[in-house]
Amino acid sequence: MMRRMLAVLHARNLEFLRDRGTLAFTLLLPVMIVVGMGFVFGGPERPLFKVGVLATTVAHGGGGFLDERYVDFVAEPAEPVALERLRHQQLDLLVDLRAPARYWVNTDSPKGYVAERLLLARVPGAQRQHVSGKAVRYVDWLFPGILGMNMMFSCLFGVGYVVLRYRKSGFLKRLHATPLTAFEFLSAQVLSRLGLILLTTLILYFGIGAIIGFHNAGSGALLLLLAVLGALSMVALGLTVAARFSSEELVGGLLNLLTWPMMLLSGVWFSLEGSPRWIQWIAHVFPLTHLLDAARAVMFDAAGIVQIAPQLLYLAASSLILLAIGAWSFRWRID
Amino acid sequence: MLHSSPVSEAILEVRDLIKRYAATTAVDGVSFRVPEGICFGLLGPNGAGKTTTIEIMEGILPPGAGEVRYRGAPLGERFRQEAGILFQKTALQDFLTVRQCIALFRELYRHGLTVDEVIDLCALQALANRDSRKLSGGQQQRLLLAIALVNDPAVLFLDEPTTGLDPQARRNFWELVQSIKARRKTIILTTHYMEEAQLLCDEIAIMDRGRIIAAGPPRQLLQQHFARILLELPRQQFPAEAHALPLNIQEVGTHVEISTDDLEGALRILLGAHVPLTNLRIRPANLEDLFLHLTGKELRP
Repeated sequence: MMRRMLAVLHARNLEFLRDRGTLAFTLLLPVMIVVGMGFVFGGPERPLFKVGVLATTVAHGGGGFLDERYVDFVAEPAEPVALERLRHQQLDLLVDLRAPARYWVNTDSPKGYVAERLLLARVPGAQRQHVSGKAVRYVDWLFPGILGMNMMFSCLFGVGYVVLRYRKSGFLKRLHATPLTAFEFLSAQVLSRLGLILLTTLILYFGIGAIIGFHNAGSGALLLLLAVLGALSMVALGLTVAARFSSEELVGGLLNLLTWPMMLLSGVWFSLEGSPRWIQWIAHVFPLTHLLDAARAVMFDAAGIVQIAPQLLYLAASSLILLAIGAWSFRWRID
Repeated sequence: MLHSSPVSEAILEVRDLIKRYAATTAVDGVSFRVPEGICFGLLGPNGAGKTTTIEIMEGILPPGAGEVRYRGAPLGERFRQEAGILFQKTALQDFLTVRQCIALFRELYRHGLTVDEVIDLCALQALANRDSRKLSGGQQQRLLLAIALVNDPAVLFLDEPTTGLDPQARRNFWELVQSIKARRKTIILTTHYMEEAQLLCDEIAIMDRGRIIAAGPPRQLLQQHFARILLELPRQQFPAEAHALPLNIQEVGTHVEISTDDLEGALRILLGAHVPLTNLRIRPANLEDLFLHLTGKELRP
């Protein structure tokens, strides 16, 4: 059984490595993302203070504080979300302008200290409250999102289309005429894609990490485990979609139907905190959401295996369930 | 349940096979037995149900009703290990060489020939390192045959193996099949080339519209259904009034065909009616004539 699986795995890897166009694209895309991110985020930081103002309190004025130059005032709709941003130094200061005025400052932030002086010059009696937390720049926050998104596209389209192509060409039918089982065939496809994804993700991780000067606060081994389980879950999803169908249009449509909401709602680009409950509910069906939640917890808050156990479990369970559905509904030939 | 199973040397047995698709019945109650070591031909025009029948026998298609037995048991793991299959149309994995394609399939079986043995057997030595997509039609078919032979199969299925090949490639392929036959393999072959069936098959079953309309060794079938000699004359040379002669006369394409058991008698009648015999051709009936005789249809589309 192992021998048959390894034979198919070997042949698939050979096919992939010799397909120069696809190989070049697979390796080039991460490099392009790295270069692109370096271009966008690599320049000097803009000398700008970012002050959050609780949105409902903007009308209270603020003694001319809101007219300060070189300060970017952001209306923050929800206090808990704003405090989280302050903790990660995405805000330098958060103010509540209702009388008596209050403000929060991150005691770990030098810019917060300066912004605090500016505020007190205009609103002398404002009450001080403080939070603490290391800076998480947006670029750092986005970093796992980009890795996860790249992984998602590679998993879903890479595996889904390959299986579909084999089915349409009749290669699957020919394999079916041998002692090879669906489980062996699918395992080989999963392993082949998993290896490729881990390789490109590692290139991306170290490439982008070096450019933006990222430091992982948590365990690298735990991140690797997350990457394996996350990729497995999404490969399984791709296989399940491609398990029975023979139409490129249908499978392409289904894959798009999955990847677009995942790209927008899984927290790749922005946090879902504060979004409507039903959106969060949908988002938590997607494996990518769990992968990114757990990855950010490890990378920024040094979360351990216990803290991210729910996400690990979700990814592992969804992999198993999806693979079982995929193997069960698998079709060797065009019906 | 106890069966009083008949003493049988049949390697494959097909019982009451039925396969229906939405609007059509592709296979409509087909039964036959294939003795070990022979080449068995399924003949018929396009759409007769040959491919559906052979794919059910290969275990690729589930039958609607009926069953296929291999060495007395339903198709299972043993059959998969011991069967070699060449489909009508197969694509292989991209970017693999001929040798790698064969090696991949060899790994899927417990027993079989070595990759080099298969390459030698199918005369692929010179092509072993070529990309499998860069082969001619005949070479491609030899590679697919090689893949069907990797497990040194006891039974080999060939579904219209020479369709689309040029005459030279077809002849080469026939030689290959004959060398495999010489190794005492059982071969199941579908074809709509009568010449192929006559050359390779020990037994045939003729299919039309999902049914077997005749079965047996080709020579015996010809004698049984069609023990006649055929006289062919060009149509324009055949006087209109001669159609009234007491002979079995049929117009076939550009010819008039007279079938008879009594060659001398027929010739005497034609001479007596002053029918010009300059371009007369006399030949024994072949499978093509048999098919026409049985179905009223030409075999080739």
